[in-house]
Amino acid sequence: MPAFPKAAHEAVHNQTLRGNLRHATHTIRAKRANAVAEVSDWAELREAGKQIKDHTLRHLDRYLVQLEESVTAAGGTVHWAADADEANRIVTYLVKATGESEVVKVKSMATQEIGLNEALEAEGINAYETDLAELIVQLGKDRPSHILVPAIHRNRGEIREIFAREMSEWGRPAPEGLTDTPAELADAARLHLREKFLRAKVGVSGANFMVAETGTLVVVESEGNGRMCLTLPETLISVVGIEKIVPTWQDLEVFLQTLPRSSTAERMNPYTSTWTGTTDEDGPRDFHLVLIDNGRTDTLADEVGRQALRCIRCSACLNVCPVYERAGGHAYGSVYPGPIGAILSPQLRGTGSEIDASLPYASSLCGACYDVCPVAIDIPEVLVHLRERVVQGGAVTREGAKVVVKPAKGHAAERAAMRAARWAFSRPGALRAGQRVASRTRRFHPRTLPGPGKAWSGTRALPPVPAEPFRDWWQRTGGGKLPQGGKDTSK
Amino acid sequence: MSSRDLILARVRRALADVPRDDTPYDQAFARPYLREHGHRSVAETVDLLAENLADYRALVHRCTAGELAATIARLLAERGSAAVCVPTGLDPAWLAATEVTRVPDSAANTPAELDRVDSVVTACAVAVAETGTIVLDGSVDQGRRRITLVPDHHICVVRVPDQVVSSVPQGLERLDPARPLTWISGPSATSDIELDRVEGVHGPRTLEVVLVSGE
Repeated sequence: MPAFPKAAHEAVHNQTLRGNLRHATHTIRAKRANAVAEVSDWAELREAGKQIKDHTLRHLDRYLVQLEESVTAAGGTVHWAADADEANRIVTYLVKATGESEVVKVKSMATQEIGLNEALEAEGINAYETDLAELIVQLGKDRPSHILVPAIHRNRGEIREIFAREMSEWGRPAPEGLTDTPAELADAARLHLREKFLRAKVGVSGANFMVAETGTLVVVESEGNGRMCLTLPETLISVVGIEKIVPTWQDLEVFLQTLPRSSTAERMNPYTSTWTGTTDEDGPRDFHLVLIDNGRTDTLADEVGRQALRCIRCSACLNVCPVYERAGGHAYGSVYPGPIGAILSPQLRGTGSEIDASLPYASSLCGACYDVCPVAIDIPEVLVHLRERVVQGGAVTREGAKVVVKPAKGHAAERAAMRAARWAFSRPGALRAGQRVASRTRRFHPRTLPGPGKAWSGTRALPPVPAEPFRDWWQRTGGGKLPQGGKDTSK
Repeated sequence: MSSRDLILARVRRALADVPRDDTPYDQAFARPYLREHGHRSVAETVDLLAENLADYRALVHRCTAGELAATIARLLAERGSAAVCVPTGLDPAWLAATEVTRVPDSAANTPAELDRVDSVVTACAVAVAETGTIVLDGSVDQGRRRITLVPDHHICVVRVPDQVVSSVPQGLERLDPARPLTWISGPSATSDIELDRVEGVHGPRTLEVVLVSGE
């Protein structure tokens, strides 16, 4: 993946993409504000959500063990995966053990994060995405660009074209004469997927929440595809990040109020399913929970950055972000785009790659993401913290071990400038001389910086150099106390 | 070392800054939020449920217990339903006024067989007024989760006011997490195409809720 600035540069010139994104983000932004305004205790719910999640993270080892015990007691089997490869191996093994070669999937960020579909395909297993937006992405051989609405970058005309062209390759073809009305497109998806649901023997899901106390898993959704995958197959495999725990059943009362309003701007999403292990003759006979780390414990080790693990994947921060709105989700080079992606991806994956080192800069630090976050993640704080790591390097935890990372490449000019500043600030004579020279030559300063500073000044106005250095002004006027009348160098 | 032990060890190392005697769960945070939003009489709470259900395009009907059988018969007839799936513990009186073929909920029914059923009639466990949500918990009058999923038409009977609560916190209190729960707020819907809401993708495209009062 190219670094964010390059990927974003291409995206902002795509008029269709920008139009689709602007329409979608502005629509949902307004709706969400209304849904939140309906509950007078939003601030209290937000604070409670933050505190519950923080408490859980501070005792994650205990809650993980409790969850394992309660899921097992309810008839489920718990598996632990340290990284993506291990998680994929476990799921592949579990699917093969059923003798099946296809699975139906509920939309899940965790399985996208680990690249499960590709791993299954390499083993000859077809994974069918059943969320409408994920279906659009899968049929279009595309990548998701939004956490909640993965096909947000596509308009109805593009979707009609994808359905008409691709559905027959995967199963039931699109109806003849398919138009681009959302109702007809949704109906085509219904017919196409129903044949898969009715024969599916294995379902794969994620989960929005796991309750440590009871071993209950929760999936919130709208279409009913989730319910299909969670209840019709004989085997259900849920792949969930270890941070998705809440301690008790009662804690759900907070998140079931904040998540729908923040994500789809509804009082409640159309369907919520909860299941606790297996139930005789209702739903899957076998239930497997695969708990994945994949960088989460490394994130947990960072006292500033760990708050990113509070995220409940509502995607409200994407919809308010001026950078996301213009650059689109693909530019972030991760399944987690937008402001949350800019802090989550470099923590889960480390800042070693060009894209991950660039993500903490994919923000204007305007703070809208923090204001809108239902669990009060201070995204700007973490962004600045990660920028520091990228520029200066330092001690971090990778795969459970403390390591020291070097400053990322590409920040040499910034570091050189900082070194020069340190030198000048510790030598008052040199600083004064330099400032005077700068003031007297201000007329001749270029509008952009030469050399390595060129890219920086290409998108920013250089600050004007004052006519007189502040230190000279202070000395001349006694800090502004002496009557004016001394030499005025500005004239 | 197993991955389980590896992950737990990583978690513990990551949390080296957290004091051993960190505040326990029951003292870790307050619950300063509301138990319900606004003050309503019982009748107003039922009205709010009806209003919010309708806002999410569920069709809401109200009747007395004595009128229930006739109401259900009418709804099935208007729909032209020939076969209705029936949970094993559903009060037989509810379907006493209709002649449609009954398909008892059974583990032996295949999903394809369920797909040929026109309608399903169930009771519910609790309904949440503020969000317009009905919750099914798999009791004998509600049946398996799939019977309210595969058929295209779901009639759900809510006894008012005793099955109605105001809020999500009050709803959770009444539910047993050990049971498989389905929370339903309006019919199946998607907003995946340009964020235009479309009712009916994979779940029932028509949800009718009958609010029945009296004995």
